[in-house]
Amino acid sequence: MGAQIRVYRQKIVSTTSMRKIFKAMELIATSRIGKARARVSSSLPYANAITRAVSAVASQSEIDHPLTTEPEQIRRAAVLIMTSDRGLAGSYSATVLKQAESLLELLREEGKEVKPYLVGRKAQAYFDFRGRSYEQVWTGGTDAPEFETAREIGRVLLDQFGTDFEDGGVDEIHVVYTRFRSMVIQEPTVVRLLPLEVVEEEAGSESDLLPLYEYEPEPERVLDALLPRYIESRIFAALLQAAASELAARQRAMKSAGDNATDLIKKYTRLRNTARQAEITQELSEIVAGADALSAS
Amino acid sequence: MAELEVEIVAADHFVWSGAATMVKARTSDGEIGILPGHSPVLAILAEGELAIQPVSGERLTVGVDGGFFSVDSNRVVIVADNARIGGSVTADTK
Repeated sequence: MGAQIRVYRQKIVSTTSMRKIFKAMELIATSRIGKARARVSSSLPYANAITRAVSAVASQSEIDHPLTTEPEQIRRAAVLIMTSDRGLAGSYSATVLKQAESLLELLREEGKEVKPYLVGRKAQAYFDFRGRSYEQVWTGGTDAPEFETAREIGRVLLDQFGTDFEDGGVDEIHVVYTRFRSMVIQEPTVVRLLPLEVVEEEAGSESDLLPLYEYEPEPERVLDALLPRYIESRIFAALLQAAASELAARQRAMKSAGDNATDLIKKYTRLRNTARQAEITQELSEIVAGADALSAS
Repeated sequence: MAELEVEIVAADHFVWSGAATMVKARTSDGEIGILPGHSPVLAILAEGELAIQPVSGERLTVGVDGGFFSVDSNRVVIVADNARIGGSVTADTK
């Protein structure tokens, strides 16, 4: 009987200390998510300005730029997969990886070779565990990405894109990341970065009529300089969104884990009390029975 | 006189915005000065300093390390990779 009480007590102690961890993680995620969202919104002016400029150049001048023209045949594709460095974020990384997996499957079915590029230790672990190869991995700071990282990724991917297929280059680039729509909704998203599909400015807002620009220097050189920046800013935006999503997912996961721990503690406390009362009852009845036996003799 | 509406953004933050009478920038080909009524231009910025003369107040210098800027209907958008008000970016990192 005493053993049972001890077991319950141990469970209560360990669940309580786990709950402390969950609560702390939840608080950290909550405090960081505001910052992450602010970074998403402060990167917007840059992204908007650059998108506008790229659309202006691409829609006005009929420039045959390698970055905007679709190759006749797409034989190899690079896929950039953005996950988190750390776990304890519910199904965050798993969802992204599942989405990536189905994209890879689709690309292979179309007869394309796939070169995976990974962001985050979770993706690395996933690929390592399955013994699958990947081209390159960036880890560290997935919950607070630096622009430098985006620039480096952009450079590597553009470099790959600029290389011919025969020399191991890729013909298109996809990105899988989690889009942060709100605190409750984050959805895994796939976008094709290259070749560019420059979205024509949606007509309707009258001020957004694109002016006829003069270029300095020639349009080709302007596009040369603009497109890498555009790619970098798209990657950076994706990284920021992924970071905000990661924190939101972690906060939610930790909240429910903490709540669950509270429930468990309550349950084990009840069980422990029942066990203690049963023990007392049994001891009492043993004493009474002993006294009865003595007085009867 | 018309004014220029100037906006400076860096990759990860907003730098400055306001009305100005003149913007002087360095492109890869040379310096360009923009006054109100300038025709639309899209140009690549070279590393160096931008000078902005706000409608009121002191002349402003902004150090940039590359980027581009666009001018259309008196609206100047300067998009820099890194920008710092009152000095050069490179001096900051050294």
